[in-house]
Amino acid sequence: MNSRIVCIAFNTFREAVRDRVLYNLIAFAVLLSGASILVGEISIDIERLVVVNLGLTAVSLFGVVIAIFIGIGLVSKEIERRTLYTVLSRPVRRWEFVVGKFFGLTGTLVVNTFFMALGVFLALLYVAHKFEKMDVWVLAALYFIVLQFLIVCALALFFSSFSTPLMSAVFTFALFVIGSLADDLRGFARITHGAGGWLATAIAYLVPNFSALNVINLVAHGGPVPGSLILYNTLYALLYSAMAVSGAVLIFQRRNLK
Amino acid sequence: MAAIEILDLEKSYLVGFWRKRPRLALRPLRLTIEEGEVFGFLGPNGAGKTTTLKLLMGLVFPTAGTARLLGCAMDDPRVKSQIGFLPEQPYFYDHLSARELLNYYAQLSGVPAKGRSARVEQMLARVGLSDSAGMQLRKFSKGMLQRVGLAQAILHDPKLVFLDEPMSGLDPMGRREVRDLIQQLRSEGKTVFFSTHILSDAEALCDRVGVIHQGELRGVGAVAELTSGKQGKVEIVFYAPEQKVPLALTGLGAEARISGDMVNAVLPEAQQEAALDVLRRERIKLISLTPVRSSLEEYYIQKLRPSPDATEAGREEADRKGAGA
Ligand SMILES: Nc1ncnc2c1ncn2[C@@H]1O[C@H](COP(=O)(O)OP(=O)(O)OP(=O)(O)O)[C@@H](O)[C@H]1O
Ligand SMILES: [Mg+2]
Repeated sequence: MNSRIVCIAFNTFREAVRDRVLYNLIAFAVLLSGASILVGEISIDIERLVVVNLGLTAVSLFGVVIAIFIGIGLVSKEIERRTLYTVLSRPVRRWEFVVGKFFGLTGTLVVNTFFMALGVFLALLYVAHKFEKMDVWVLAALYFIVLQFLIVCALALFFSSFSTPLMSAVFTFALFVIGSLADDLRGFARITHGAGGWLATAIAYLVPNFSALNVINLVAHGGPVPGSLILYNTLYALLYSAMAVSGAVLIFQRRNLK
Repeated sequence: MAAIEILDLEKSYLVGFWRKRPRLALRPLRLTIEEGEVFGFLGPNGAGKTTTLKLLMGLVFPTAGTARLLGCAMDDPRVKSQIGFLPEQPYFYDHLSARELLNYYAQLSGVPAKGRSARVEQMLARVGLSDSAGMQLRKFSKGMLQRVGLAQAILHDPKLVFLDEPMSGLDPMGRREVRDLIQQLRSEGKTVFFSTHILSDAEALCDRVGVIHQGELRGVGAVAELTSGKQGKVEIVFYAPEQKVPLALTGLGAEARISGDMVNAVLPEAQQEAALDVLRRERIKLISLTPVRSSLEEYYIQKLRPSPDATEAGREEADRKGAGA
């Protein structure tokens, strides 16, 4: 990768760390250990189910919130504060800046997820006293969650390239919610006919399919994640976020800075 | 080769909330600046100086026209490593220290890793920030940020430096240091284009100045010419304890002003010898004789005057300099 993109990505990561974004890990740790202790006290056989379900859902929600709140300000804050002036007057192309910022934020989220995943496995060890073979699928679920973050970051970046931070947050979060219901939406589209059916199909396939990226329930019950799904999801997430980032770049390319 | 060639660069902004109407911030601007030149861009608030610089830096896009920097199209990324830019009221990543920021910018500008940190330290020392180099920029004062801004503009040893009001926010010592810095850039053969409100600085530093008003270039002139004694007058100062001006002197067309036991008389250059004869004859002690120089301030004010013919002249002159220089 080109060195300027790496440089910008690293600076974005450093900014997030210094702005104490990783402090969310403390809240996560408190939540998870509280829950594990509680479950360990009361239940008999479903400790693993509860810890995996709760742990992975928390990982996903914490990450999505961070992705949205940093993502919407990634470029717009730099325009607002005019920190961009002295960057773009250097041999940095505008697309390099956007892509660098994107990688910086996704990198931050990967690091954040790594620590949260560590917490989930510790909690699992605490309630079950040993690891089982099926715990490997938890890793797959975590990988899918990271793919979700990729898409959410890209969408936040895309919306913030033409609308206000608040509206971008609303749009991105709405897409996250609708996309999490994409499976139901597709089912609904299949049984609906006429113009309504067309519209439902269009929406169902345009919104990011977050439901395919959510295998939390499956792995909580110990089920395996098919290899084909891993491949499909990987390609889907890469393509979807690449398109959203490209859209952001196209808009940002022709923008007059304040 | 010309360092900067501005070819009818024009910018209008859409203003108004409901009915957007275009408002001209910069009328077609044509201006050429030679390599090695120090050029001062003068004009009142809202004249279009910052707009011109932002256009040249590719931060905003022109409505029409283009420019060439160091012989390349202005949006050519290759030329950017040869350019330094200090924005007005600069603001930087405040989570970084001055040292980290300069390191980051040096990387972005392609300063080789070998010798990069040495260069950063050198720049920090040059703008007098060595002592606070490790402090986060959010704790910097306005003038300190201005110094960081200067350091980042010359960090990568650019051939062409754009400074938007480089002296603003600086203490007297800081201003002097910036003046020295610009002098030094000139002696290194760099081209400097800076905007300023401080005419004395422009007069002391610039080879040429341009005056812009309401988005229109009103005139361009060489400072040496503008301030050379074109007025054809001399000023004579002499002792007159009785506070009397010799009548013969008034007869030569002198306008005299008495202050204390000295007299200040301004008269046509042609009468200089005759006036000195009068003083000798009357045994009056001469203190000084200096040609009266027209100042940059007079030129500036004359160019801002709204009279239509002044505008016309300014335009003609601009065209002549733009095309010919
Ligand atoms: N983003 C913008 N939208 C609308 N008008 C703008 C914008 N930026 C600048 N202008 C207008 O362009 C004109 C020129 O502004 P500019 O900032 O270039 O002035 P300046 O010469 O730098 O003034 P100063 O000495 O105060 O810095 C002004 O009338 C200003 O109102
Ligand atoms: Mg300005």
